Amino acid sequence: MIEVNNLGKSYDGNPVLERLNVKVKEGEFVTLVGASGCGKSTFLKMLLGTESPTSGELLLDGKPIADEPGPDRGIVFQQYSVFPHMTVLDNVMSAVGFAQRGLTGYLFGAKRKQARLDAEAILDEVGLGHALKKYPHELSGGMKQRLAIAQALLGKPRILLLDEPFGALDPGIRADMHELVLRLWKEHKLTIFMVTHDIKEGFYLGTRLWVFDKVRQDPHAPQAFGATITYDLPVDSSARQPAAKTTAEAIAPLLAHSAS
Amino acid sequence: MKRLINLSPTPVTRVFIGLLPFVLLLLVYIVASDARLEANPNDKLLPAFSQMGAAIDRMALEPSKRSGDYIFWVDTASSLKRLGMGVAIAASIGLAIGLLTGALPVINASMSPLLTVVSLIPPLAILPVLFIIFGLGELSKVMLIVLGITPFIARDLLRRTQEIPSEQLVKAQTLGANTSQIMVRVLLPQLMPKLIDAVRLSLGAGWLFLIAAEAIASTDGLGYRIFLVRRYMSMDVILPYVAWITLLAFLFDWLLATLSRRLFPWNVQGGN
Repeated sequence: MIEVNNLGKSYDGNPVLERLNVKVKEGEFVTLVGASGCGKSTFLKMLLGTESPTSGELLLDGKPIADEPGPDRGIVFQQYSVFPHMTVLDNVMSAVGFAQRGLTGYLFGAKRKQARLDAEAILDEVGLGHALKKYPHELSGGMKQRLAIAQALLGKPRILLLDEPFGALDPGIRADMHELVLRLWKEHKLTIFMVTHDIKEGFYLGTRLWVFDKVRQDPHAPQAFGATITYDLPVDSSARQPAAKTTAEAIAPLLAHSAS
Repeated sequence: MKRLINLSPTPVTRVFIGLLPFVLLLLVYIVASDARLEANPNDKLLPAFSQMGAAIDRMALEPSKRSGDYIFWVDTASSLKRLGMGVAIAASIGLAIGLLTGALPVINASMSPLLTVVSLIPPLAILPVLFIIFGLGELSKVMLIVLGITPFIARDLLRRTQEIPSEQLVKAQTLGANTSQIMVRVLLPQLMPKLIDAVRLSLGAGWLFLIAAEAIASTDGLGYRIFLVRRYMSMDVILPYVAWITLLAFLFDWLLATLSRRLFPWNVQGGN
């Protein structure tokens, strides 16, 4: 589905990424790890369309990927992914409004009713069914990310891009989110690319783990060479071990204790 | 003893020390006014509150002997009409320019140098031009307010538009939104509270331009009246008029702030 041929990206002549050659099939869950500034986020931005390659090709179904964001590629950022001026329900319903043609993206009549039902269904699925009328600033970090994911999913993307989506969350909440993402990935048959700082998270979540690093180093000119994918590891999803306890598991003993 | 920067007053003390300067000023005025009036009962510089009351009584509650109008209210109505029209027009134009230049780099490139230059023109310096073009009627006064505050509102909203995180624009695009949908549903709603903020900040300048225009060419209005009665040293009229303008300005500011809170409950610090 996605084919990367000798891809390179440089800023002002300083290469960030070079010699990327890789293929990804539909339905894979790729996690991207590496040190800060190694270009993993840059690669994600090229998939997203906000950055374009300086050399080589980045193909989606054999055609160069569009150089602006589009509805086939959903995104969840670490923050600012949701619209602060819309309620939870409106945030998700906006995805339906934006998907239709028109000047305003407002929905009316039967379309609006249908969108509302769809939105409520997906919000129930991510566990936000009780917070439909809340504004994003009233939500916790984990709930905001759930909302952002629900919103992205209602846009019906083929590829879901996650840019350190859980980087700002507590470990317990993070584990909850991992369960959610894995469930949605299977249910909606998505292809997922996820950038993370947490290698454990990478091994736990994906079907494939990419490590970004520099293979060529010039000590006199550290900027001379870019990074590439140094390890492309298959992750055995059947042997998936929980990376951390989910909140429910973590607090269960405490609850049992206080009940007795 | 705590450091001074850590010392904050209790709510009761806060109200008390907040009112204190007003009370002191009032006391100083009363004492000074009494002293002058004792020396010369016809002194006009610091009228007693009873004299100001009588003046307002005459202007607001009795019809004018010459025209039959209640001058105080006629003045208030015409001034507020001019200010309201001027600010409303300025806010609409400012919002349109700010949104378009902030959202569309092409428009920004062509408009923003012009906007910067226009905003540097001192509006009062072109008041004669306005009088020549638009005549001495209502239009030139409204235009002065519009020209005076539109560039500020437009530039402020341009900045506010650019401050909206680009993640939101990318997100909307990944949901399939086109340019106008993004402007109508993502940018415009988030600009509305910023527009109210910008209007609140520009109201002071709006009053300035209103009073200046009225002082120079008008037949009614709060600014006109103040400058008219100055010829007779009627401090008993001027001071209540100034207090009334201050009260109106305060009320509008409070109204806009309340409106903003009511209409945009999501607009809180750090609400993303």
